[in-house]
Amino acid sequence: MSPFIVALIPLLPALAVLVNGLLGFRVLKEKAHRLGVGSVALSFLLSLWVIWQVAFAGARADLVFYEWVVAGNFSVSIGFLIDPLTAVMLFVVTGVGLLVHIYSIGYMHGDPGYPRFFTYMNLFMVSMLLLVMANNYLLLFVGWEGVGLCSYLLIGYWYEKKSASDAGKKAFIVNRIGDAGFLLGVFLVFMTFGSLDFREVFPRADQAAVGVLTAITLLLFVGAVGKSAQLPLHVWLPDAMEGPTPVSALIHAATMVTAGVYMVARSHVLFSLAPVSLQVVAAVGALTAIFSASIGLVQNDIKRVMAYSTVSQLGYMFFGLGVGAYAAGIFHLMTHAFFKGLLFLGAGSVIHALAGEQDMRRMGGLRSHLPVTAPTLYVASLALAGIPPFAGFWSKDEILGAAFKEGQYLLWALGVVAAFMTAFYVFRMIYMTFYGESRVERERAHHIHESPRVMTWPLILLAALSTVGGIIPGFPPEGGLIHGFLGQVFASHGAPEAQHGLELVDYGLMGVSVAVGLAGWGLARFFYISRPEIPGALARRFSFVYRLLLNKYWVDEIYAALVVNPLLRLGRSLRNFDERVIDGAVNGVSFLTVLWGRISDLFDRFTVDGAVNGAGAVVRGGARNFRRLQTGFAQNYALAMLLGIFVIASLYLLF
Amino acid sequence: MNFVLPEIDLGAIAPQLWLTATAILVLMVQAFVPLVTSRSLALLSIIGSLLSLVATLGLWGQEAVLFSGMIALDTFSLFFNVVFLLGAILTVLISVEYLEREQIAHGEYFALVLFATVGMMIMAAGVDLIAIFIGLEILSLSLYVLAGFMRQVLRSNESAMKYFLLGAFATGFFLYGIALLYGATGSTNLDRIFLIAGERGGWGNVLVMGGMGLLLVGFGFKVASVPFHMWTPDVYEGAPTPISAFMSTAAKAGAFAAFVRVFLYSLPGLAASWAPLLAGMAVLSMVVGTLLALVQRRNIKRLLAYSSIVHVGYLLLGLLSGGTEGGASVLFYLLAYTFMQVGAFAVVVYLGGQGEDDLSLARFSGVAVRHPVAALAFSLFLLSLAGIPPTAGFVGKFYIFSAAIQAGHIGLAVVGVLTSVVSLYYYLGVIVFMYMRDPVDLPERRPSAALVTALALAVAGTVEMGLFPGSLLDLAQQSVASLLGS
Repeated sequence: MSPFIVALIPLLPALAVLVNGLLGFRVLKEKAHRLGVGSVALSFLLSLWVIWQVAFAGARADLVFYEWVVAGNFSVSIGFLIDPLTAVMLFVVTGVGLLVHIYSIGYMHGDPGYPRFFTYMNLFMVSMLLLVMANNYLLLFVGWEGVGLCSYLLIGYWYEKKSASDAGKKAFIVNRIGDAGFLLGVFLVFMTFGSLDFREVFPRADQAAVGVLTAITLLLFVGAVGKSAQLPLHVWLPDAMEGPTPVSALIHAATMVTAGVYMVARSHVLFSLAPVSLQVVAAVGALTAIFSASIGLVQNDIKRVMAYSTVSQLGYMFFGLGVGAYAAGIFHLMTHAFFKGLLFLGAGSVIHALAGEQDMRRMGGLRSHLPVTAPTLYVASLALAGIPPFAGFWSKDEILGAAFKEGQYLLWALGVVAAFMTAFYVFRMIYMTFYGESRVERERAHHIHESPRVMTWPLILLAALSTVGGIIPGFPPEGGLIHGFLGQVFASHGAPEAQHGLELVDYGLMGVSVAVGLAGWGLARFFYISRPEIPGALARRFSFVYRLLLNKYWVDEIYAALVVNPLLRLGRSLRNFDERVIDGAVNGVSFLTVLWGRISDLFDRFTVDGAVNGAGAVVRGGARNFRRLQTGFAQNYALAMLLGIFVIASLYLLF
Repeated sequence: MNFVLPEIDLGAIAPQLWLTATAILVLMVQAFVPLVTSRSLALLSIIGSLLSLVATLGLWGQEAVLFSGMIALDTFSLFFNVVFLLGAILTVLISVEYLEREQIAHGEYFALVLFATVGMMIMAAGVDLIAIFIGLEILSLSLYVLAGFMRQVLRSNESAMKYFLLGAFATGFFLYGIALLYGATGSTNLDRIFLIAGERGGWGNVLVMGGMGLLLVGFGFKVASVPFHMWTPDVYEGAPTPISAFMSTAAKAGAFAAFVRVFLYSLPGLAASWAPLLAGMAVLSMVVGTLLALVQRRNIKRLLAYSSIVHVGYLLLGLLSGGTEGGASVLFYLLAYTFMQVGAFAVVVYLGGQGEDDLSLARFSGVAVRHPVAALAFSLFLLSLAGIPPTAGFVGKFYIFSAAIQAGHIGLAVVGVLTSVVSLYYYLGVIVFMYMRDPVDLPERRPSAALVTALALAVAGTVEMGLFPGSLLDLAQQSVASLLGS
């Protein structure tokens, strides 16, 4: 495999970033997409070539371009690891990325920041590609930081909206918590193995103590929880929907939020040796899946429904990884990228048609107006709901099956209930949007239009992938190409997917999956088509539960009360202190002279009479002047220094 | 009485001599050549600095102790010479435009910058506390004047006054520390102190301990570490912007050069006593600096001042880790920091209007639209300061933290990682203003060739050290190894 071609995959968009960033506003303007989309298209073609090589020519590569950071006997290189896992991720990232870029040409048309948008999007592609291609944790971290940065910039893209810039900030801060955990995990890897290269760390993983591995994996998982919006750090993702819809589709559904899943899968060697961590991953995943699915049941903003659905589906992926079904987790990552990307783009098309309306209570009956969007969204919903033979069914069913066979019955039950909720909320969305009476506001109603072709074609292609993405690689998927392919990476670590056939229990579990999916669908149809008065009545009857869900379990409010407000208070008081100290003027020369005398006196006594007397005197001197410290003069700075010295001296004498 | 004339080898102090001669020449030209422009004086200063740089590189690899054991010629001091000269050259380059705009274009300015640089070089080369002290004073006196160079501006006067008063205060401690060490060991020579402090050190010896502690205070002030930091934001805010850049990079590097030499070379035997203190100062600098920077929105120079306190915390962590790895990480970081910090100040110089009465973050709104190159460069410097890969700042931090971990200071490394994670927030705040706010009216101005050169140098340095740090790190390691003799 030619290193040059592999290197070009991230380099092409990087080049586009540079050109667009410097010339975008002055020269390219509304032609900025040519470079933006063109570079991603080329990357996609090159990726296809690489995937072909990996899949059919059995090529593997660990390409080292050069030694980047060398410290003593430790070094980190800039290098790419090409294996089946990377190949699958390349396909998802460049494939969905390309479709979203094309769609953006239509969606962002006429936006004043058009070149800026494509610059950020391409920067995101570069970072994401680095993330999935890196051959060591440090380079992975480079991508990890990069995608976080782009996510932040793109959520706050419409910065005139206060809610948008607030959401960006929130995403940023919550992600920082995760990043801190991830970094600490990386440092612990470095301390334990003396290297950050995957090829060095993984073969020696079993030499480390289980306790250390548990700590490493839990810290890494903290990073994944932040990036992939799992409990309890999920709060940023729903707010992130303030960004433009293509951003939501690409970054907050298909790719970036799955980086945590990818990272855990990449580190599966470490996780497999730390059963406690795996159990944590599975539990957090399953709990997140049901938790946010339940919130999704009652949301009215079409993008928020999708957002909670994404959180929930990411929960499934972690759930799969946690029960050792790594290939199933990645498989679900892939199918989810197709149908969730489609759901978002479709939602974007609806929003586009309604000139910005996002509240499903003011939609309805749009089916006939949107002849492409409606059926493609329908397909995506079938896939998400887990109705065979659509893509989502196979991957979700496999995760649940693996959990069952691993004996995780409680978590399996949570997953099944969540699957039922999923089917319900997604068809609730379909019926509220496309069926029934039109509730569209009158001034919007007369210019409802289907989106331009540059937006509908990506929908159609994604719909095709959502339909057959599960079985094209082989039927049943467990024995198919994707699994055989990923199995080479996860071999000897993955548990259930090692067996390639289907057994009786599999058919039984499949039956359960299909049944809950159909039940959710049916219930949604009953509630929103046959008896539309029921949901309101239920909401009134169980008003506490309804409000609990509508307000997302009040998690934001709890965080505000427990974390945010105390921190704000601390920051404010620090600043007040600071400003008071600063606003003074220099007029303390005489005072300083006196102080000087006092200090030399103190220090004479200090050295002569020993510790106790001197310390007492400094305390008295300090106390006398303490009030003046608040008023803020230059002498106070001297006093602060003196206090510092006093602290140092007393530490000396005490220890 | 036997009086021995000190050996005098002027070749070994050629870098210092070139600079001194240039500084005097600048003064003379300013005094006697009518109508000389500040541009030509700047050019003269740069030529002198380049000559000094050539002399430094010419001496590379030589080792000697000269002037009766006052001055050492070793790779360590030469490495620092490069850092100082780089800082000086960048400072001169970004000063040209600034001085004209603020109408303070007097020749003494450049002479003082060069004198200050000579002071740093003496500090880095001094192997006797007296020599180090003389270097420190040359440096400090020049800086006191430079900080108040805008005589008409109250802010600048205030800055100079505060810096002078507190600097004098700290100098007192420093001198007292020298006196105590002299009392304990009978010498101010670092080699002798090393031998005797090693024998008589330990908790029993109040004189040695006290001397060391007072030196620590003096250095703590000069590098602006918490709790000796309070002057920093005021002084940086009031001083002419290029001088703020100079003080926060080259001057700090000078103090660190002596700091490393005294503590790692002369007092390693007492590490058990000074390590906890340094650890405390490092943690406080990182945490307090970060917290204060978080709420700083009013003035970009203050923001950079607080952030410089955090960086001092990192540097102290490297120093604390000791050994070749720790020392080298400090050297590397100082060089990287010079590029990115001066670069950031260069952008501030470019975008600040006359008088700099408004340097709030709001002023940087929408800079990306009007000045895309400046915005991009500023973003690069800020991201590098925040330690985002693949920039010099990231690699530098990485070395420091890995040295800390290898030395067993895991808790401190964790604090470092956490504060740098938090710090991205306030650096990114500036970037957000530049890229995501509507533009405000900035005076349309073409940057001078000097400023463009400085920016280009800083960008090149930040990127180069981020992408290809290997050879420079080797160099830093050789330098420290030459000092520690390992």
